[in-house]
Amino acid sequence: MEVIFLLIAISLILAVTFLYLFFKAMKGGQFEDDYTPSIRILFDNHKKSTKDQPTKPKSYE
Amino acid sequence: MASTSPSLTLKCYHCGEECEDSCLFVEDKPFCCQGCKLVYEVLSENDLCIYYELESHPGESQKKKSTQTNRFDYLDDPDTQLKLLDFKNENESHVTFYVPLIHCASCIWLLENLYQVHSGVIYSRVDFLKKKVQVKFNPEKISLKELVNLLSTLGYEPKINLSNLEKKTESVADKATVLKLAVAGFCFGNMMLFSVPEYFSEAKLMAPNFRGLFNYLNVVLALPIVLYSATDYYRSAWNSLKQRQINMDVPIVLGIIALFFYSLWEIFIFGNAGYMDSLGGLLFFLLLGKIYQQKTYATLEFDRDYKSYFPIAVTRMVQDQEEVIPLTKLEVGDIILVRDEELIPADSILLSAHANIDYSFVTGEEVPVPKQKGELIYAGGRQKGEPVLLTIQKSPSQGYLTDLWNNESFEKGKEKLLEPLSTKISGVFTWSVLSIAFVALVFWSFTDLSLGVKAFTSVLIVACPCALAMSTPFTLGNTLRVFGRSKFYLKNASVVERLALIDTVVFDKTGTLTDPANAKVYFEGETLTLESRGILKALVSRSTHPLSNRINLWLGHVPLKKIDQFQEIKGKGIQGIYNQQKILLGSREFAGYRSQVDDSPGNKVFLTIEGMEMGCFHIQSGMREGASGVVKRLDPNYQLHLLSGDHPHELGALQENLGKHLSYNFLQSPTDKLNYLKTLNSKGNKSLMIGDGLNDAGALQESEVGVAVTDRVSHFSPASDAILDAESFYKIPDYLDFAKKSRTIIKLSFGLSFLYNLVGISLAVQGLLSPVICAVLMPLSSISVVVFTTLATNLVAWRKGLLTHK
Repeated sequence: MEVIFLLIAISLILAVTFLYLFFKAMKGGQFEDDYTPSIRILFDNHKKSTKDQPTKPKSYE
Repeated sequence: MASTSPSLTLKCYHCGEECEDSCLFVEDKPFCCQGCKLVYEVLSENDLCIYYELESHPGESQKKKSTQTNRFDYLDDPDTQLKLLDFKNENESHVTFYVPLIHCASCIWLLENLYQVHSGVIYSRVDFLKKKVQVKFNPEKISLKELVNLLSTLGYEPKINLSNLEKKTESVADKATVLKLAVAGFCFGNMMLFSVPEYFSEAKLMAPNFRGLFNYLNVVLALPIVLYSATDYYRSAWNSLKQRQINMDVPIVLGIIALFFYSLWEIFIFGNAGYMDSLGGLLFFLLLGKIYQQKTYATLEFDRDYKSYFPIAVTRMVQDQEEVIPLTKLEVGDIILVRDEELIPADSILLSAHANIDYSFVTGEEVPVPKQKGELIYAGGRQKGEPVLLTIQKSPSQGYLTDLWNNESFEKGKEKLLEPLSTKISGVFTWSVLSIAFVALVFWSFTDLSLGVKAFTSVLIVACPCALAMSTPFTLGNTLRVFGRSKFYLKNASVVERLALIDTVVFDKTGTLTDPANAKVYFEGETLTLESRGILKALVSRSTHPLSNRINLWLGHVPLKKIDQFQEIKGKGIQGIYNQQKILLGSREFAGYRSQVDDSPGNKVFLTIEGMEMGCFHIQSGMREGASGVVKRLDPNYQLHLLSGDHPHELGALQENLGKHLSYNFLQSPTDKLNYLKTLNSKGNKSLMIGDGLNDAGALQESEVGVAVTDRVSHFSPASDAILDAESFYKIPDYLDFAKKSRTIIKLSFGLSFLYNLVGISLAVQGLLSPVICAVLMPLSSISVVVFTTLATNLVAWRKGLLTHK
């Protein structure tokens, strides 16, 4: 029965991890605009099929 | 005779408009104007033609675009820059623009690939629903002005106005509530798991160390709830107590405190289970209700004042030299130049010979008014036609219109005016619960003091205001959604409660009860043959003037004739040549019309062909569809008033349409309208103001509920409590009725939750309360109240036909 101590610890750690991830997603603005990404995801295919553009704009500078 | 020449069928590759007169070609692609061609050239140079593959004709016509190149000069002003930028360091600046023209996937794609057009742009991101684009750029490679110019060249001119400059305090409150809910949900879920053994009688079978561990874990899990999730309730309850009021949050806080400390006592002193899981459930459901109520329409703005519409910069003339300055630096006596389609920023006197001012923004009437030299022109008008010179009489914040915003009505918030139903009830509720608890304490103390204490705390715990507190947010939240679905957008949930108490309805006339698009046109003069109708149709269909549109509609479907040398002289009229005959359609002077015509209110458009006087169009704005129905349905239950800035010459026609029960008021200035509402308020009336223009802004603010009617919801509307899509105008009586019904539903669900409390309290006073009963009763009462309110509001909405078309 003592294994329950371990299981509880694991389950709590897991749950806290999910809570933390949710906080992170919230702070990162993942829930602010839930429409544009649905369109944006279609673009990349287009881009790759026509020309090899750097998808990361960071490549400038 | 055939009017469809092949050139008419060519559509501009960029914007999809028909290329009428001249067609420009690049490779084999047609363009309707220089602007569209230019955008295409810029894009093809940068290999961005996928823009045209994602959607066909994704662009916006560039014909009407201002060609003034120095109009963004004010962006070089460091003060203005500082106000616009979100973030700035040595090699990176962030700015967010509102670009109303964003409308399709191509727009998103192009705006997010700005870095391919100019290497100074580091990153850009579009929020499609808010029509905003965030740009990170390197200020050394591209200045803010150049960036705005670049966007403008591509056809995506950002809209920058004064209210952008005043730093927006974006509300983080909603986000915080979601996080609090997440914490409450997490803790509640885990506490439930640890409490499951207690719900059954298995607890005694477990090894004692498990039971202790579970209880202590519950205490640990309850801490974030009490210390973080519930903080808003403490604050609100404290504020309410400070004002010697008891709002719904006071009994909630009382319940939280009783639950928490009694459970601590139980757990640590007696090693019993306590009620921590119920505490978690309470907060979880409460926060859920709170979020449900916070329906927001991200694309709508309810708090716009004149600053949102006024231009950010004006062209000032200094010794015949143009200079662009920010509006805030404009002074009385300055001479400014206002071009076609530009807004007049301050009350001023016309220096040029003629001007043609469109006040649709202010009054809702879109036919431009001609003005002569020396006349005073009010701020908010839009010049149509040639550039004009004006000299400023009053500073932008002191004008005829803008004076309104200095009125005290704009200082106070409306939410404080009405005591919500729940506040009234919670006072009674709190006192009854406290007295029941004390009676139980006194009663049991004679026989058993510890039982007395138990009964006392049990009453406080079980008299859970949870169901009580949830009936309001869920009913109002659902009502808000139903309204939104039938195109009536409310600013927040408290508007529903205020709407339910309305007993007086005040209408604005122009643009609200009357609809410019629904004009009454009649022609006085020679009978028009099919041929002349065709000629007229060909003329008016090329003009964008509102009167042309109305004549166009009146003409109906007639075959077009071919017209040569079409010309539109802004503010005067339109002309063209048919069979070598010159046709003039426009003002009396323009057409050269001398004979007398019927004296009628409204606008007149004169027609001459080769100097021959053919007749005159009389155009009056007609009633909005359903307006008389709305008035008739409201008449039995409400006091009705009508406010109009116009002369009373239409009184007869209005009375015919709307009946004689309304009190009609004419020649009302914006301030008069505000004062009219003030008088109504001081008589104790609860008034609903329905208006559309900036001139109603004061009245909308002063009324209990101000509703702005607009044809295009996301476009223009003055600050208001609600925005109504004009096509749903006829539903106003249904909306009012539905608001009343939802108030009844709140009352009924209060009754329901009292029933639960009755059961709970009757157990508690006998000292029979156990954690199991508590754990069952609390979620059950909450959920049943939520189900009841949701079903009831939907049923009423369905019966009223508010849910029929999505």
